[in-house]
Amino acid sequence: MIKIKDIVKKYDGKTVLDNISTEFPEGKTTVIVGPSGSGKSTLLRSLDLLVHPDSGIISFPNFSLNYADKITSKQSKELRAQTSMVFQNWNLFPNLRVIDNITAAPIHVHKVPKKEAIAQANELLKRVGLEKYADFYPDELSGGMQQRISICRALAVKPKYILLDEPTSALDPELETQVLEMLEELAQQGQSMVMITHNIEFAKLSADKMLFIENGEKIFDGSKDEFFNNPSPRIKEFLDAISLQ
Amino acid sequence: MWDIIISSLPSLLEAMMKYTIPLTIISFFFGLILAIVTALIKFLKPHGNAFVRSIWGILRVIADVYVWAFRSTPLLVQLFIIYFGLPNLQNFIPGFNFEIPAFTAAVIGFSLNTGAYASETIRSALMSVPQDQWDAAYTLGFSTTQTLWYIILPQAARIVLPPLSNEFIGLVKDTSLASTITITEMFQVSQQIAAHNYQPLLMYTEVAALYAILCSILTILQHYLEKRSSRYLKGDEG
Repeated sequence: MIKIKDIVKKYDGKTVLDNISTEFPEGKTTVIVGPSGSGKSTLLRSLDLLVHPDSGIISFPNFSLNYADKITSKQSKELRAQTSMVFQNWNLFPNLRVIDNITAAPIHVHKVPKKEAIAQANELLKRVGLEKYADFYPDELSGGMQQRISICRALAVKPKYILLDEPTSALDPELETQVLEMLEELAQQGQSMVMITHNIEFAKLSADKMLFIENGEKIFDGSKDEFFNNPSPRIKEFLDAISLQ
Repeated sequence: MWDIIISSLPSLLEAMMKYTIPLTIISFFFGLILAIVTALIKFLKPHGNAFVRSIWGILRVIADVYVWAFRSTPLLVQLFIIYFGLPNLQNFIPGFNFEIPAFTAAVIGFSLNTGAYASETIRSALMSVPQDQWDAAYTLGFSTTQTLWYIILPQAARIVLPPLSNEFIGLVKDTSLASTITITEMFQVSQQIAAHNYQPLLMYTEVAALYAILCSILTILQHYLEKRSSRYLKGDEG
C-alpha cells in the first residue's frame, strides 16, 4: 500500500496540492477524478517524483520519504522501482523500436540479461496482440497501439503500481476502447493501478476506490459505490457535466 | 589554360591531403569533444550536494566565458594570438617555451573556435528534446546519465546533424586562414603558383573549385547521415 500524508505543492505561491492525505491500496484500482487544473496530475506525478512536493510524506511497506528533505538519487531509484508511469501522450522513445522501448529499462536499469528481457517483452506484446510490431518504430503505429506498448513498457519493469495519467484522453473512441480493455484486464488480474481519467464508464467498471480532487483539495476519498450511488451535490454536478461531454 | 590547371593540380591536391583535410578532421574532432562537454556543462543542472553544485557553477562560468570569447572575436585574430602572440609570454614567465608549431597552433585555434560555436548548436538540440522524454525515462528508473546516453543524445544527434554539418563545411573553408600562420595549405599553394604563372584568376578559381568539390562530398555525406539518423520518423525515405 502507498500512503501519502499532508502533501503540499505550491507553484509561484499558488497552492496546487493542499494537505492531501490518502492511501492507494495494493492490488486495487484507484481512480482520480476532478476538473481540469485541480491538481490531479501533480498528485499522480508526486507519487513518482516527477514532481517534487514542498512537504508531506509518502510511505511504502518497506520505506518512506519526507518530501521536505533533500531526496537522494538512491531514494528516488528505490521509489521508482515501486512505480511506473503511463502518460497521456504515451511518450515512447521515438528513436527505439517497439521491442527496445520495452526492454531498455529491464536491460539498462535492472540488468536483466538481454535474451531474457526480449523474451519477456515478446510475451507482453503477445498479451496485447502486438507481437508482430516488435521491430516497428513508434511513429509507424497508431496512437492506440503506442499507448498499449507504453503500458507494456511500464509493466516490463515489474512495478508494484502503475500510474496512469489520462491514458486515453488523446485517443479516438475506437482506439480508446482497445486501451481500456487492456486496463480492465489488468485490473481484473489484480495489478495495482492509480489512474486519472475522465472516462466515467471505466471508473464504474474497474475502480475499487475513487478520489475526487478540486482546487488542490481532496473532496472525496472512498469507495466507488459511495461515489456513484450517493454523490454529494458537487460530485453530482461534476458527473452530470462529464456525462454531457 | 588546361595545361596550367592540370600542372598545378598535383601540388594543390598534395596540400589538400597534407593540410586542408587533416586540419579540418582533427580540429573538428577536438572541437566536437569540447563542444559536447561545454554544452553539457551549460545544459545540465546537477542536484548533488552543495560542493558539486558550486564546482558546477564555476565550470558553467568558465564555459560561458569561453563561448563568449571565441564567438566575439575573429578566427583570424584567434589564430594570430595563439601562433604569434603566445610566445611573448616568455617575457613574463622566463624558462617556459610558449612557441607552438604552426600546425598545432592551427588545430588549437580551429578546435577552440569550432567548439564554441558547436556547443551552442548542441545545447539547443538537447533543449529541443521534450521534457516528456526525460520523464518517461526517469519513471522507468533511468538515471540522468543513462537518460542522456540512451534516450536524449540519440534524439539530439538527429536534430544537431544539419547545423553541425554546416559548421564542418564552414571549417573546411576556414582552414584557408591557416595560410596566414605559415601553413602551406591549399590556398597558400595556389597563391604561390599564381605568383609564378601570373594567372591569379585561373588559380584562385581552381582552388575555389577544389573547396567546392570537397564541400559537395561532405554535403552528400550529410544527406546520407540525415536519412540514417531519421529512419525512425514516419514518412522518411530512410
